[in-house]
Formats: sequence, C-alpha cells, structure tokens
Amino acid sequence: MSGPQLAALRPSSADRTAAIQLRRGPNLSASYTVAGPEETHGPLGDQFDEFIEDYRLGQTTFEQAERELTVRAVHGLLRRAGLAAHEVDLFLAGDLLNQLVTVNFAARELRIPVIGLYSACASLAESLAVGALLVDGGHVRRVVCAVASHFYTAERQYRYPTELGNQRVPESQRTATGAAAFLLEAPQTGDSASDEERVAITSVTLGRVTDLGVADPNNMGAAEAPAAADTLQRHLGAVHRSQPYDRVLTGDLSAVGLPLARELLAKQNIVLGETWQDCGLLLYDQDRQAVQAGGSGAACSGLVLGARDLMDLHRGSIRDLLFVGTGALHSPVTYQQGESIPGIAHAIAFERRAGVAVE
Amino acid sequence: MIDAREYGRLVQKATPSEPLLPSTLKAFWVGGAVCTVGQAIEMYFMSTGLAAKQAAAPVAVVLVFLGVLATAAGLYDRLTGYAGMGGALPITGFANSMAAPAIEWRTEGLVLGLGARMFTVAGPVLVFGFVAAWALALVGLGLSALGLGSAS
Repeated sequence: MSGPQLAALRPSSADRTAAIQLRRGPNLSASYTVAGPEETHGPLGDQFDEFIEDYRLGQTTFEQAERELTVRAVHGLLRRAGLAAHEVDLFLAGDLLNQLVTVNFAARELRIPVIGLYSACASLAESLAVGALLVDGGHVRRVVCAVASHFYTAERQYRYPTELGNQRVPESQRTATGAAAFLLEAPQTGDSASDEERVAITSVTLGRVTDLGVADPNNMGAAEAPAAADTLQRHLGAVHRSQPYDRVLTGDLSAVGLPLARELLAKQNIVLGETWQDCGLLLYDQDRQAVQAGGSGAACSGLVLGARDLMDLHRGSIRDLLFVGTGALHSPVTYQQGESIPGIAHAIAFERRAGVAVE
Repeated sequence: MIDAREYGRLVQKATPSEPLLPSTLKAFWVGGAVCTVGQAIEMYFMSTGLAAKQAAAPVAVVLVFLGVLATAAGLYDRLTGYAGMGGALPITGFANSMAAPAIEWRTEGLVLGLGARMFTVAGPVLVFGFVAAWALALVGLGLSALGLGSAS
C-alpha cells in the first residue's frame, strides 16, 4: 500500500505516552472564560464569565484585543481563586498567531514564568497535558493554562482580508473569539475535607502528527479527524476502565470532521455513541448563526470546556470526561508549496477524585 | 488500516457541496446588474459628447470608486458572499480586492502595511494581465508582419 496510513497500534509498554497515568495529577481548581460577540449569541452565551461586544476591545489593533482578552481571562481566574500573579509558578499558554504574540505579550504584562505552546486548535489540550505532567512530577504546584483566539486576527494571518469578498464554503469553520484560563493545583494533604471529591486530571495522551492527505484549508475538520481517531484509539487501548467515560469531548471536528472520526474508529470496532460530543458543534447554533460547519480556533474548546463541561464535572452530573483537543496544522506557506495539512490531537482525562495523599 | 486514497473518498462523501444552480443564478443576476449600471454610466458620459471609446476610462473610474466606497462601508464582502463571481469578477470586484487589504493592513503603517499589501490579492492580475497583453501584442505584430493582422 502506498501513502500514509492510520495504523492500529497494539497497546504495548513501548507506547509510553498513550495514556500517562498521573498519580499526583493536579486538581482543576478554577476556570474563567471571556467570550466574543458571536459566541455570546450562541447556546452557551449566558454561561461565560465575561463577554465583549467590540471585536477591537477599544484597542488599536485586533492583535492587541486578543492580548487583552487573554489578560482578562487570567486576571479573572486569579480573582476567582483568590491568588496573586506571583503565587502562580507557571503560565502555559497557546494562541494561533505567528511568534505566539498573544501569549508572549500577555506574559509580559503578567510577569509569570511562561512556556508558550502551539498546536493550532489543540493548544489547550497541549497546555493542560504539559501542565499536568509538570505538577505530577512535583516540579511546580500551581499552573495557569490558557488559550486565546480571535476571528479577525486568524483571518488576517491564515486567510483573506476581512472586507474582501469571498464565499465561505459549507465545510469551513468559524474561528472563535475568546480566551479561557484554567488553574491547575497540586493535590495536598491537609486539605480541609480530604474525602471531598475534586475534579482532577488523571491521565494524558500525547498525540502524534497524523496526515491522511487532506490539502484543503477550508476543510480543517477532515484534516484533524485522523489525528483524533489515532489518539482516541491509543488512549482507549491503553487505559483499563471498568466503565466507558461519561463523556468524550473533542475540540473542533465539527460537522464534517466528527462523522469522519467516528467512521475511522468504527473501522477499528470502537464506537462511542451519543456520549461523544464536539466543542465546535456546541459553541454556536448551527441554524441561526452563519458558521458553516461549526466553530474552531484555539479558544473554541477552551470556551466550551470552561463554560459547560467543567461545570458539569464540578456539579457531579458527569463523573469523568475525556477531552481530546484537535488541531489542524495548517500553514499558508506549506499550503502554497503544495503540502497537505497534518492534524494532531492530545487527550486529557478529567475525573472526580477524593483527596490524594501526598508526602 | 486505512490509506490516504480511501480516506480521500470518505472525505469527499462527508463534505457537503453547494448546489450549482442557485449559485450560478445569483452570480448571473448580480454580475449582470453591476454591468448594467456600468452601461448606464457609459451612456451618461456619451450623452455629454464623449465617443464610446473615450467613455471607457471614466466609466471604469466611477465603478472603481463605487467598489472602494462599498468596501469601506463594509458592504462589498456581503455582496460577494451572496453572489460569488457576480461580485468578484466585475471591475468593482477588482477595486474591492485592492481596497480590502489596504484597510486591513493600515495598522502596519502606510508604507509597509497599506502600500505594500494593497497588491496581495490583485498583484497576480496585474502581472499576468501585462504579460498576456505583451504576448498577444507580439502575436499581433507577427501576424501583421505576415500581412495577416488587421490594421487598427
């Protein structure tokens, strides 16, 4: 057979990143979401912590507005957690812009040690994975993970000027405008109620770049689906669970990518049914809002996770959640050079967990 | 196991397609309307005493101005979103293709931003338009050297 293949991987001790178990995995103590105008008009509109009405946020450029969104999300998170910036060990964040300008300039203002990350729309999953691993390893105790994206900055960089007339095809997706920040804290002995259940990250899967030849930058969902299937298949093959996850939440496969990912997994006899949902399809109302196939952008999964699924976990309406952030690694440069668009997906398992004994 | 070719078939089935007839009709009536407006402008200029050939330039100027105005008002992209080539193909679309990046890249300064980037969409049209015109002129020269071309 010629061409790239999606190979079934038998779980083996050699695939150490298929489902890294975190015995001292961090608690996800708090989250904070700031949403843009279109997102606020969507089904989750009244569940965001803050929203903005002006895409420019009173700034001179959209890039500055995206930075401001990020800073507001982090400040909101710190206020909610009752922390000052200097009490946070690490700021782990991603955005969609060249040189990670949003992250770096927000970090300039926050003055928290920073690691910037990029995996397109999977950046949140990547940042949660790295943060969880660092906390589990005992090196840091408090990490702020964040993502941001902005419709107009993404259009500028990846596509066309916004006033240029171009028709959007039905498989395209809308880049979400917003920022989301999450606080990871190391579990401690002496927690006031140690048998109280908290939401914790218990395992992470580090994804592999997967490319099945999709070359259409308007079809990100199709580009990402193989990576989502690869990561899900590796994770589920490596964890031994008595029951399936209450919910599986992918990042932004949307209307085209989700059925494709389901089909790819079905070929390996993995069927997840209605418990598998996708942030790209939850952020907007497909009928009322002109978003074609659904939402995308680094903030898409952040806004949905922060406003909806983490709330469900905190309330206990679900006991566990497998979040699979998905990214289409599109570059205008490589696209013009004739390359296809590879995808990547990282997975984070959240579970309600009673106090963990830590030395 | 699945290879790229099989996945490509799955993608094609899963990707929705735009029905052709409604889009074609929209492009037709909007493009036709723009051209009709152009024709009316030409008739106006001819009524002031210009010959048809002389009226071509002022007609283009007026249409380009309208295209830029509509772009600045945030309306042109909506027109092309609806009509596709009906908005993109006429000279008003060319105006939009230069005005839009000029607006977009203003924040990067007048020279390196607005000035340089104004041509990101229209550049190829200019380059290959000039090249094609030059090539055809050569062909025309060659033909008339052989006594075959028209004299005009």
